[in-house]
Amino acid sequence: MERHIQTPLARDEVKELHAGDYVYLTGTIYTARDAAHKRIQEALDKGGSLPIPLENNVIYYMGPSPAREGRPIGSAGPTTASRMDKYTPGLLDLGLTGMIGKGRRSAAVKEAIVRNGAVYFAAVGGAGALLSKSIIRSEVVAYDDLGTEAVRRLEVRDLPVIVVIDCEGRDLYETAVREYCTE
Amino acid sequence: MRTINAADITQNIKEMCIEANHFLANDMDRAMKTALAQEKAPLGRQILGQLQDNLKIAGEDMIPICQDTGMAVIFMEIGQDVHIEGGLLEDAVNEGVRRGYTEGYLRKSVVSDPLIRENTGDNTPAVIHYEMAAGDRLKITVAPKGFGSENMSRVFMLKPADGIEGVKNSILTAVKDAGPNACPPMVVGVGIGGTFEKCALLAKKALTRPVDQHSAVPYVKELEEEMLNRINQTGIGPGGLGGTTTALAVNINTYPTHIAGLPVAVNICCHVNRHVTREI
Ligand code: SF4
Repeated sequence: MERHIQTPLARDEVKELHAGDYVYLTGTIYTARDAAHKRIQEALDKGGSLPIPLENNVIYYMGPSPAREGRPIGSAGPTTASRMDKYTPGLLDLGLTGMIGKGRRSAAVKEAIVRNGAVYFAAVGGAGALLSKSIIRSEVVAYDDLGTEAVRRLEVRDLPVIVVIDCEGRDLYETAVREYCTE
Repeated sequence: MRTINAADITQNIKEMCIEANHFLANDMDRAMKTALAQEKAPLGRQILGQLQDNLKIAGEDMIPICQDTGMAVIFMEIGQDVHIEGGLLEDAVNEGVRRGYTEGYLRKSVVSDPLIRENTGDNTPAVIHYEMAAGDRLKITVAPKGFGSENMSRVFMLKPADGIEGVKNSILTAVKDAGPNACPPMVVGVGIGGTFEKCALLAKKALTRPVDQHSAVPYVKELEEEMLNRINQTGIGPGGLGGTTTALAVNINTYPTHIAGLPVAVNICCHVNRHVTREI
C-alpha cells in the first residue's frame, strides 16, 4: 500500500503502517550515524541535553557526500542500521518514533520498536543520488566537527521509504525473503 | 625503459576517482538493466527501477551514485621497464585520491587510526596493491569500496577435506549473512587458495573483473554459474526485500595453495561495484 505521511511522526500515525507499505515522508527529520550516536549516548550518560528533540521524531542513518554549489546536499542514501543497534532501544524509550536505514535490526531493537509503538523504514541502499532529490533543505545542528557524521536537520518532500519493521514487530526482511526462496 | 611522471599518475587517479563514483562501468550498467528485465518480485522491480533512475541522476547531475564513495582501493600493475620520476609513487597515488575526493565532492570516509577514529579529511590514505608486470606500461585500476558490503565479507580457512562443497557453503553463508546489509543485488568476489592474505586479495581483485566475463578455468566457470543460480534462489532480492535477483555475478579467482589448507575469501560488493581501469 502506498501512503503519504508527515514528520514529525505521531504514534497514532505509526499504528496505521504495516510492513511492506511504500511510504513517502514529508516534513522534518534528523540525520545521525555512528559517531553522532556515540556522542548522544555520552550526553545521555552524563545527564546532559540532547542536540535534537526525540519525541515523535525520525532519525535517518545517513552521512551525505558534500553538496555542490546551489544544492542542499550531496548524495544521501541510508547506511547500515545495525551499527546503531546498541544505542537504539534507549532512544526509542525516550520517544523516537521512526528510523530510516538499511539492513537487519537486533532482537533488542525489535522489542523496543514494539514496546514503544515505533517503526523502522528502509530507504534503498545505493540510491543516494535519487534520494537526494527529496531533500529540500539541510542544516547542521550539532557536532559540526564530525564532518559527514554531523547531526543534520533535513526538510524532506516525498522521501520514498519502505516499512520494514512495523509497530507489531512484523519484519519484511524475513517474510518477503521466504516468499521468494526456492532453495 | 619508459619514464612516467608522478604528476600524470596523480592526474589520472584524480579523474578515475570521480569517474568511478558517478558512472558505472558498461558491464555493470548492462547487468543492472538485465536484472530489472528479469526480476519477478513487484517490489524488487520497483527498487531496480529506482536504481536505474539513480544512475541517470548521478551521471546527469554529477551526484555520486552512492553517498558512501568508499575507501579508494587501487591496483597498480607496473611494467618492469617503467621508470617513475618526479616523486614517490605512493605519494602520487594519495595525492590523486586527495584531489579526486576534494575537488569531486566525494565523501571523506577514512579515519586515521582504527581505534582513535579521527577523519583524515581527504579520504587518504588509499589501499594500494602493487604488482609487477612485463612491459613499459602502468595499468591503474581504481575501485572505491563501500563498507556496508565490505563489513559482510569473510575469510574461511577450510580443510582440504571440506572440498568444493565446503567452498560452496562458505559462499552461501557469507551471502546469507550479508542479506539486506550489503545493498543487494550484490557482486560476489571469491578467492580460493593461496594463503590467508592471498585469498582475500584474490577475492578483491575478482570484483574488478567485468561481471559478464567468466573465469577461463572450466570448472571455475561452472562454479561461478552454479553459485550465481543458488544465490538467486535464496529469495533475498533487491534491497533484501525479497526477489529473484540477489546477485549480479559471482567472480572467482584461484591460486595454488599448501597441502594442508583450503583458504576461501568472500568479498561482498553491492550493486555500486565501481572499477575504472586506465593504462598509461
Ligand atoms: S554497500 Fe554499496 S550501495 Fe550500499 S551504502 Fe555502501 S557503497 Fe552504497
